[in-house]
Parts: sequence; C-alpha cells; structure tokens
Amino acid sequence: MAVELDVFVGNTTIMDEEVYQLWLDGYTVNDAVKVRMEGGVLEECETSADVLLSDTMDQYRTFQMCERLLHSPAKLANQLLFQIPPHRQAILIERYYAFDDAFVREVLGKKLSKGTKKDLDDISAKTTVTLKSCRRQFDNFKRVLKVVEELKGPLVENIRQHFLLSDKLARDYAAIVFFANNRFETGKRKLQYLTFQDFAFCAGQLINNWTVGAVGEPVDHQRSSRVYMDVDLDKEFLQELKELKILITDKDLLDQHKSLVCTALRGKTKAFNEMEANFKNLSRGLVNIAAKLTNTKDVRDFFIDLVEKFIEPCRSDRWTAADMRLYLTHYTNSAHILDTFKHQVVWDRYMGVIKSCIFKMYHD
Amino acid sequence: MPGKLKAKIVAGRHLPVMDRASDLTDAFVEVKFGNTTFKTDVYHKSLNPQWNSEWFKFEVDDEDLQDEPLQITVLDHDTYSANDAIGKVYIDIDPLLCSEAASVISGWFPIYDTIHGIRGEINVLVKVELFNDLNRFRQSSCGVKFFCTTSIPRCYRAAMVHGFVEELVVNEDPEYQWIDRIRTPRASNEARQRLISLMSGELQRKIGLKVLEMGGNAVVGYLQCFDLEGESGLVVRAIGTACTLDKLSSGSAPSTNTHIHPNTAPASNACNSPSKDGKEPVFGEDLPSSSGPPTPFRALPTSSSSPPPFSPSKPCSRQSSSSDTDLSLTPKTGMGSGGSAGKDAGPLKTLLRQQTQTALEQRGASSSGLLLNAREFPFFTLTSFPPGFLVHAGGVVSARSVKLLDRIHNPALGNTRSYKLLDWNSVTADEPETRDAWWEEIRQEIKSHAKALGCHAVVGYSESTSICEEVCILSASGTAAILNPRYMREGCLDIGSTDHRFEEPSPPSCGFCHIPYDELNMPFPAQLTYCYHCRRQKVPDVLFTTIDLPPEAAVTGKGCLIQARLCRLKKKAQGEVNATAISNLLPFMEYELHTQLMNKLKLRSMNALFGLRIQISVGENMLLGLASATGVYLTALPASGGIQIAGKTPGDLSNEHHILTIQKRINDTIAKNKELYQINPPKLFTLDPEVFCSVNMELTEEAVGSPIPEPRQRSRLFRSHSESSDELSELDLSHGKKDAFVLEIDDTDAVEDIHSLLTDTPPPTGFYSCNTEIMPGIYNWTSGVQMFTSVRVFRLSNANLTNQGLNKIFTDLCENLLKSFYFKLRSMIPCCLCHLNVTVAVPEEELIQVAVTAVAMTFDKDQTQEKPAEKVIQKGSGEIEEQLQFPLELCADSSSTSTQQSSKISGVPETSNVSSRVSSLERGSPLPEGRSRSLRSNRSFGGSSVTVVKMTPLSFLPGTRIIKYLGIINMFFIRETTSLREEGGVSGFLHSFIAEVFAMVRAHVAALGGNAVVSYSMKECVLMENPNKNQAQCLINVSGDAVICVRETDQEPVSSSTNIGQSCSSGTDGGAT
Repeated sequence: MAVELDVFVGNTTIMDEEVYQLWLDGYTVNDAVKVRMEGGVLEECETSADVLLSDTMDQYRTFQMCERLLHSPAKLANQLLFQIPPHRQAILIERYYAFDDAFVREVLGKKLSKGTKKDLDDISAKTTVTLKSCRRQFDNFKRVLKVVEELKGPLVENIRQHFLLSDKLARDYAAIVFFANNRFETGKRKLQYLTFQDFAFCAGQLINNWTVGAVGEPVDHQRSSRVYMDVDLDKEFLQELKELKILITDKDLLDQHKSLVCTALRGKTKAFNEMEANFKNLSRGLVNIAAKLTNTKDVRDFFIDLVEKFIEPCRSDRWTAADMRLYLTHYTNSAHILDTFKHQVVWDRYMGVIKSCIFKMYHD
Repeated sequence: MPGKLKAKIVAGRHLPVMDRASDLTDAFVEVKFGNTTFKTDVYHKSLNPQWNSEWFKFEVDDEDLQDEPLQITVLDHDTYSANDAIGKVYIDIDPLLCSEAASVISGWFPIYDTIHGIRGEINVLVKVELFNDLNRFRQSSCGVKFFCTTSIPRCYRAAMVHGFVEELVVNEDPEYQWIDRIRTPRASNEARQRLISLMSGELQRKIGLKVLEMGGNAVVGYLQCFDLEGESGLVVRAIGTACTLDKLSSGSAPSTNTHIHPNTAPASNACNSPSKDGKEPVFGEDLPSSSGPPTPFRALPTSSSSPPPFSPSKPCSRQSSSSDTDLSLTPKTGMGSGGSAGKDAGPLKTLLRQQTQTALEQRGASSSGLLLNAREFPFFTLTSFPPGFLVHAGGVVSARSVKLLDRIHNPALGNTRSYKLLDWNSVTADEPETRDAWWEEIRQEIKSHAKALGCHAVVGYSESTSICEEVCILSASGTAAILNPRYMREGCLDIGSTDHRFEEPSPPSCGFCHIPYDELNMPFPAQLTYCYHCRRQKVPDVLFTTIDLPPEAAVTGKGCLIQARLCRLKKKAQGEVNATAISNLLPFMEYELHTQLMNKLKLRSMNALFGLRIQISVGENMLLGLASATGVYLTALPASGGIQIAGKTPGDLSNEHHILTIQKRINDTIAKNKELYQINPPKLFTLDPEVFCSVNMELTEEAVGSPIPEPRQRSRLFRSHSESSDELSELDLSHGKKDAFVLEIDDTDAVEDIHSLLTDTPPPTGFYSCNTEIMPGIYNWTSGVQMFTSVRVFRLSNANLTNQGLNKIFTDLCENLLKSFYFKLRSMIPCCLCHLNVTVAVPEEELIQVAVTAVAMTFDKDQTQEKPAEKVIQKGSGEIEEQLQFPLELCADSSSTSTQQSSKISGVPETSNVSSRVSSLERGSPLPEGRSRSLRSNRSFGGSSVTVVKMTPLSFLPGTRIIKYLGIINMFFIRETTSLREEGGVSGFLHSFIAEVFAMVRAHVAALGGNAVVSYSMKECVLMENPNKNQAQCLINVSGDAVICVRETDQEPVSSSTNIGQSCSSGTDGGAT
C-alpha cells in the first residue's frame, strides 16, 4: 500500500518560506523533512511525518515548476500559471538570486565557463554548500552576465531591471559580473583574507569611476566605436594612466612629492619614519600599477599588485588604518601642488579609486 | 442569420522556441468558427509576436453561436515542412450572447496543448453582434442565463421558479473510434475536447429552449456531467432549475434584508399571478419576530459578505417562484410533529385556492408538455432558498440503479445535428432515449419516495453516475420537502387543495424541521417530540438533508464535517453477474454508511445533517462508499441521546470490563466534542439571556422536565434499486426492533467499528470544516480565501485484503488528507474549510482515488460568539450605512465586521477599508500565509499586469459583494504525456495540469472582465497512467460562475431606492409571465 499520487494545488500558490530556503539550499526532500522535523513543526501543529513529507513534496514540485520562470523574473509578473501576490514574487526572486558569500568568493573573477562549472563539486566540498545550490548560484551568475553584457547603460540598473532584484543584490551581481568579465585574480593566497564584500566594494568603485559609463555618455559617442557600458574599463583612461609615470621617472618630481608628503605628515603619526623611508617604494608601486593597466594581464593582477606592492609593505611596518588614511590622503593631495605635474584629472580619477580600495582592503 | 462574431488577434507572448536554429518562432494564428477559418500573417522570428490582425468576421446562426466554441490555433510557420502546432485556445462565446453578461471578451489566454500543456499566451478580442430573431421556431436559446450556483444568485431576485429541467446528449467517444488507431494522441485529444465542448453547447442550448418554453429566463443550480462510457459512448447530461430572475438594480446589495416572512405577506398578494405579489410587504417583514435566536445568517445582511450565502441573494421577491425548497429533516428518525401542523389553517388556505385558480386560468393555451414535465418531477437543484419557500423537510430520498452499458446498437440516429466538424464518420452512439429512460425511472422512484414522506417536492436534488467497464451505477438523491405553494408556479407541484400543511406558518427558525408527514400514519417508525423551539408542532429526533442549512435556522454551537467511509470487496465478474453482485451489495453499503453517519453524529451530540452526499463508486473488485455531510445541533430538535455499548454475553466479566472501558471512551469523546463544538444543551443558555431568551422561555420547562429522549431511535433512508423497486422498496435502516444506538459488541467487527468511530481525529485548534456553503455557528468571515484542489491515489498492496483492512486504509486515507489540509493551511488559522467536496473513485484495480476541492476561509475568532440578537440590530443599521458610504463606528461590529476584522488582525490600518475600489477587489485575495497580510491592496496593482482572480466553491466571497454575473464557465481539458518521468511522475504531471486548469479558468474569467469565480467545482478528474510506458492521461472538467465582485463596503450609489425599484420591476415582469 502506497501513495501513488499526492498533489495539492491552491488557486493562490502556497509557498512556505522555510521550505523554499531548504529547496534553494539544495536539500533533498527527505533531508528537508528531517530539518523541518527537527524544527519542531510536528509538535507545534499536531501532525505527522507523512503529512510533512507530502507537504514538502508538493512545495518542491511547485518550486521546480516556478524555477523556469525565475530564470527570467520579469515573466513571473505576467505569467498566468501561478497566482502569486507581488510581494511574494519579490521574495521568491530575491531569495532565488541570493548566494553564499563562501561560494561566490571561490568563483569570483573566474571565467563563468563550462570548465569552472566542472569544478563546482570541489568548491561544494570546500565550502559545504551543496552541489545543487552551487549550480544554481553559478547558473545565476552566468545568466546575469549573459543578459547584461549585451546591454548598454549602467550595469547595476540593468541588472535591477532585468532581474527585479533589490539594489543591494543588484550591486553584488554587478560586482560579480564585473569581476568575471575582467577576470580579476582573487584566488591567490595573499588575497584569501579578503571577503566577497571587500571585493564587491572595490568593484563598485571601479565601475563607478573607471569604466566608460562612469564618466557619463561620451560626447563623442558617435565617433567612438566603444559601446557605452560599464562592464569594461575605460580604455582611454587606462592609456592616460601611463602619463602618471612621470611621478616616479622624473627624479625631481619624486623628491618634491616626497617632501611635500613628509612635511604634511610629520608629527602626525607614529609610523612617520617608516613612511618616509618607504615613500619612494610605495609611490613606485602605485604608479607602476597604474601604468601597467593597459595590459589585460596586469588588469587581472590588479588586486594582487595592490596587496603586494602597497598593503603588505605597510602592514609589515605596522601602519594603522588611520595611518593609511592619512598617508594616502596627503599622498594624493600633494600631487596637486607639484607644478610640473599636469595630469591632475587622471590622477584624481586613479587615486580616488585606489584610496577607497586600499582603505577597504587594509584589514586583517 | 442572426449573429456576427468578430475576433481580433492582438499579440502573443512567452511563446515556446519552435526553431532550434534561431531559438525563435515564426508564429501565425488560425481562427476558426464552424467551418470558416481565417489566418493571420506570419510574424517572423519572435517569441512575442504582435499580429494586431484585422477583425475576422463570422456570420453565423445563433444556434451555432451557442453550440460552437471559437477555436484559436497558434502555429509555427515552416517553409519546407508542415507547420507545427504550438497550441490552442477554445473560447466559449456564450457569455456574449446574453445582454446582461459580458459584452466583450478581451485578454490574455494561455495557449494550451494537450501534450505540452501551456505554451505561452495569446491576446484576443472577441465581440458578438446579435440581430433580433423573430423566428418562433428557432432552435437557439440565446439570452437564457445559466448559473452553477445552487441558490438564487445574488443581485437577482427570483420572480418565479418554474422547476426541473433536464437534458442529455449522446455521442460516440472519439477516443474509441477506429480512426483513433491511426491519428496522433494530440489529434485524438483535441477531437475529444472539441466534441465535448460542442455537446455541452448543444446541451445548454436545448435546456435553454425548455426554459424559454416554460417562460423562464435562467437556469439556476445548473449541473452538467459527463459519463465516459468507453466503447459505448459519451453522455453529456445536465439538470437544473428553471427560474425567472429579475436583476436587482445596480446598487441594491443583496445585503438589504429581504427575507420574506411568509406569514406576513398580506393575503391579497397571494392571489394574483405569483410574480406580482407581495414583494414589498414581504420584505419589510422579514424578521421573524418570534424566532428566538434569529438565525445567524439573516442577521448579517448588511455585512452580507460572509454569511450571505444563504439569504441575501434571494432577497426580494419570491412571489411566484415555484420552486422553493424546504429543508428536510431526515425521515429517519421519526419524531412526529405532523399532526398539529394542519390545524391552524387560516387565511393561507384560501390563498392557496385562489392561487390555483388563477394559475389555471393563466395557463390556458400556453401550457406545454414541459410544464407537465415539471409537474412530473417537482425537483429543485437548489440547496438554499429564499426565506419562506421551504415549509417542511421530510428527509433524504435517494435511488440507485445498476445498469449494463450496451454496445452501440444503432448508429446514426440522429437526435441531433451530426457533428459535421468531426472528421470521422459521425455516428451518434446510443439512442439518448435509453439513457433518458434510465434516469426517468430513477426520478420516478425518487418522486414516490418523497410522496411516501408526505412531501410533494424534492429539493437539493442531484444525480451522478459511477462507471466501471460496462457496469454503471446511476444515483439520484435529494431532500423530500414541502414548499410554500405561494411561491410556486402553478402546475409545478401536485398540491391537493386539501393539503393543509402550509396553513399554519411555523417560525422560520424551526418550521422546516417540523414533520411533513402524518403523525398517525408515519411512513416508518420514528420518534417524535414537540418542537423544542416553538413547541407547537412535532419534530423528528434526527434530521438528514441534502440542502444547506437554512439561514434562518436556529442552531446551537458549531457544525462539523462528518464522513462515513466504507469499502466492500466484491468478486470480479462480467455482465449480468457483476451487475447483480453490485446491486446486492448496495443495500448493505447504504445501511452501513447510514449507521456510521448516525453514530458519528451522536458522538458529536448533534442532531441533524446538512449537505449529505452519499457517493458509491464501483471498481472491478470493490465498491467504495463515502458519505459526507455537515453535522449540526438544531435547537428545534431534541438533544442526542448518546451512545450505549452493550455486550452480547452478559456475565462475562472480562468482557464487561472491556465494555465499560469502551463506554467510557465514548462518553469522554462525546463530552470533548460538546466542548469543541460548543454544544450546550439549551438549558444552559438561560445564563445568556441576550442570546437565548426566546429559547429559554419556551424551553425551560421542557429542557428541565423532559427527559432526554431515550436512546431509541430508528432511522430510515429511502432508497431502492431499480431492479427491485416496484413496491415501495425502502430499506428500513433501523435495526429492526433493536435500539439503534445501542451498539452491541459481539464480534471483532463490532469492536473494529467502534474503534474506527473513535479514530476520527478532530481538526486541530483553530480549524473547522464543513461541506456546506458555510459553517453553522461561524458568522464573521474575514476576507482570507484559499481555494484548493487536492488529489490522492493510493495503491493497495496485493496482499489479501479483508473488508476491515480496506476500511481502515480508506479511512486513514481520508483522515490523512484532511490532516494535510490542516497543516498546509495552518497560517490561515482561525479558519474553516468550507464546501469540502470529496469524491472517490476506483480508477483501476487496487487503486483508490480521492479528489477534494474546498475553500479555506478565515474568520474572526473573537466574534464567533456573536449573538444572533445583535445581528438584528446590524441589519437595521445597514441602510444607514449605505447612505453614509462608510461604516459608522457604531455599526462596525455588525455591518463591516469582515473588513474591519481583517484589518484588526493584520494590523493594517483601518484606513485601508475605505480605500479605493481596486483595493476592495483585493480584499478577498487569498493569501495562503497570514490571512490579512495578504489582503493588502497592493496586490492588484502591484505592477503585475495579471488580474487577480479569486475562486471559490461557494456562491459568495466573504467581504465582497457580487455586482455582476458574467456567465457560466464550463471547461473540459485533456492532458497527456509520453514522458511521465521527465515531468516528475504522476504527481508532477497532475500538479502542473491542475495548475494549468486553474490558470485557464482565471484567464477566461479575466477576459470576460471578471475578478472571481463562484460556485466553482471540479466535476471530473479522470487519471489514467501507465508508468511502464512512461505515459499518463488525465481529463478534467470544471465549472463555475464568472462574476465581478467589489468589496463589501463599496456601495454603488442608489442603494436606498432599490427596494422600491425592485418591486416595481418585478411587478411588470410578473405580468409578463
């Protein structure tokens, strides 16, 4: 004797948020039932395990049927199959596109390709996120990337409109897409201490300041064959960055810069001596990073370079975060006083991002 | 000649990818009506084509308009090979044929394919221009309105109830034609869908003709069923109640009190043509002053939303309507009330006579065979009636007959036009006459049973079949009743002028319980007492009926769902032998079901069953019986006597001990149930004067003095098998001379029975359930509504099963199903599952299928105790409120209870109540979780372009008022798959199919301009599977009434003048008839 068929369909689709989460997390029906039982529903609702199993199966089926729609969330609002109140639709979508930081940290900056997909079981083992959930998250990334890379206009806004996500989630996706597109290296050991949120912040900075979209619709839009969008870094800007080299190649300028900075810093920090001693090294590091960004390879190593060339030396000198802030502020501002340095605009655009990134990244 | 149908194909969206190479589709559309087909241009390479076609015009007979659906086929253009079909939409244009219903169909329809399910959507516009048809011999019946609702629809008034209409049409089932072997499953399914659509259209048209001949303009309680008889054909049959309905002017809410108290109508009214009389005077009166606790329902009027189901709709006039119905008491236990009734004959009697006279005169020339027919079967499919219609209810009458389906004898008879559209040799299968004769036989039997109960009519009437291979069980049941002839069309009922029973009007709150039969000449042994409510007439000790609890009935405590379940094994056999075996089993099954019901009723200390539905399903090797009803404690009837256990062998000590324990358990259960359902014997009510004052006054002596009736009762159910029924073959269900409610434990079976009696688990706290329109004892619905359909199939293991074992399995199956509803809907607590309609089937050997459609509705717990007395006040306040357009704080409790309560619960600010119309629509929106939260008004306009369509099996939506009926929804779908595993097995397959059916119903309703479906039901759900071949097929038939409803508190201007308007209009209408 066995239940051969068991369905329950409501005119308004019934969805239990707890079960939805279990489904998203990749639990099998049986595991989900176990979790629910441990949660104490049985006692609370005076019911039996059979009932729980049947309910879980129903919900899982519903979610599976909805999944197709969730792949293009805009459809969820005007499809006819499921009658779901709008606020519930929003929850469904938001949760479906939510991801685990642990997982995303593993794939951040990797090419969203079949190859990576094959490694998902390793990632699953490493992060303890179920393989099923890993696949969903990975596919979400890919789906968003695929839609957005064809679109003009602001990245975050595009994501939000096409996938009906909250602002926060849309920004995170923008970061993921941006990293994947530019293939930033994030997996190196030295970068392990950085969280996804650190990178997401940096991505936001880069998107907002270094992409074509960041400066607004180019006036010479017609002339330029570049697509107006902010998935890619602004190539012209990267070219201009080469000009900054003068700060380290011109000896006078370098010394002048150093003295200006040191004057400003003197007496304001305990790490002054180290700063003074390391100034040239640090400045070379930052300017070299800027100058090399025209090479795709060096773009990929952007974060590792920041850590190796700047953050690590500072950390070994035990700068505090406040020291860092102080130093970078003066370092940036002092360049404006150099009369022979003509690239103020580029310098600001560059240093603004570098500053915020380093502030964010300078922690344990 | 008389009509022009116009259709325009606007656009498509979410189409499936038909061309793998481009991942796109080159779609075009064929629009077909009758034999005419138009095509749109091909819209290349898009999944969201914008055809924006011209208007395609079809010039057609209105006969065709009624029969045929508009067929829209979406195809993918392919230059080199045949075009691929994407899917179809069938649009029933019937609603456009009635001026009062929808005027245009416009909206997105799911494109449906029987193999792939829904594949995208198409936006279509359809209009009809009708020319006046002066042809007297016309075959069409455009304009006759159909309602599934089994009461007078809200926003209409019954000017006259004409009586029973029935029709059936027969055809060969395409699935069983030779051509089926060579065509694709898709073609075969589509042929079937098409055919059934045609047959339903034809059936409806024919019934419409009958209604027109009778002088009516509507069919209420329209019940259409399919019998899939396999090789012997396909029968589509329908029954209904013909009425003349007048539309209430727009503003008039059903909520206005319209109950008529029969007594009060001035005599003069009665005389004229029924339609004219007394609407007005009547209304004013409706409060039965006498009735102690006015029935809860009536009280609500202003707030109408929830309780209204019963009374509101029928408000006004009931003058001539012939059909009312009474509530019936079950015949079974006879408490005799009969005698006294007759005495006070008064004025009414004379009225009656006058009326009959006029009736005769009026009839004169026009009377047709149909009238006779109506007289022949004074049956009414209504289950709830305008106040005053139902005088007495006698009890349940039922009849079953086992038939052998024959092979087709004579092809091509044509009772009808042949179905030219079907591409095979159209052959009508059976002579419809055969089936007609079968039903005729059963109806005769029902009629004679009703007679035996001293009744002249049957209300709450329904018919059903169960088919297995070539055996078919036909069943019919209803409630024998005496109706107030004042409301009837003459000729409709056989009422001897000597009949004095109506003469003394009884208080509406108990009158229907009084026995209709003669005390001295009772049809069966019964125990009668004087009515506990009015003390004037006799009542039985238990009453079983198939109707809804009359709104005005006086009830104590709450009701609950009571089910009796039974399995009986039978040998596999063929032909006659099989039929005989089945008919031999039937009486035993009915007897046992009845005993179970009675025991369970006693166990809950209740004394009446409403909405009783006994279903017997036949399978190859077993019969399943399921009886569902809503138990209630009618204040007018004596309290239940409890259950006593007796051992067969006294003296055996261990046995006695055993008996004692069981007795104790039973007593405990009874006590617990009393508390659960708040059933306190009337004497306790003295403490609460407000509520029960009238009751006590009348009851005190009795309650104290009269001993609880001895536990001696007998019951009898009238039924018979066609085979045996020459004499009145009622089965005496009482246990001979023994006391029915002494249960004897003499063998293990009996012990099992008692155990099973005790295993019914009560619903968890906060839940109630019933199978009627609303729950007796709950009056303050809030707007949370969740309709659902659930299906379970059980496979029995091969082990040798005994009847006992099977019973256990079946009972567990039903109980578990209920439990799982309670669990799923737990977020709606406090809530009540209403109209819990359970159907069982034995689709294959060793399979048991149970399908349920019901609605969960939230209510306000704090107010469940609301006293009927208060409601009267509320009623009064209703009018004021309407004028003010918003609820006064004062009336809050009363009129706007539902809305306010919901907001209270949810914490949504009160202001939401007053907000726009749009939001009102929302109110009822079912949110499975957190009832009121869901009602937030953002729902409808929250950026989604899809109209929210609520569905309910009830005739109303709590918190809303129906302002327009848009037409009947009657849809039939087939879904088939050859990739069962890939679709998630049978469960996945059926789950998505049911969801698709809901979606298509909602889309059609929305296209008609509606926002809800009421009286929704799933009439058929036939699932066939073959997992080995990875295949499954399922047929679903659903129906309901599409409506527009607005939030209860939104009043259209006018309201106050409505009563007057009504009476005027009714006057004229009446004259016409």
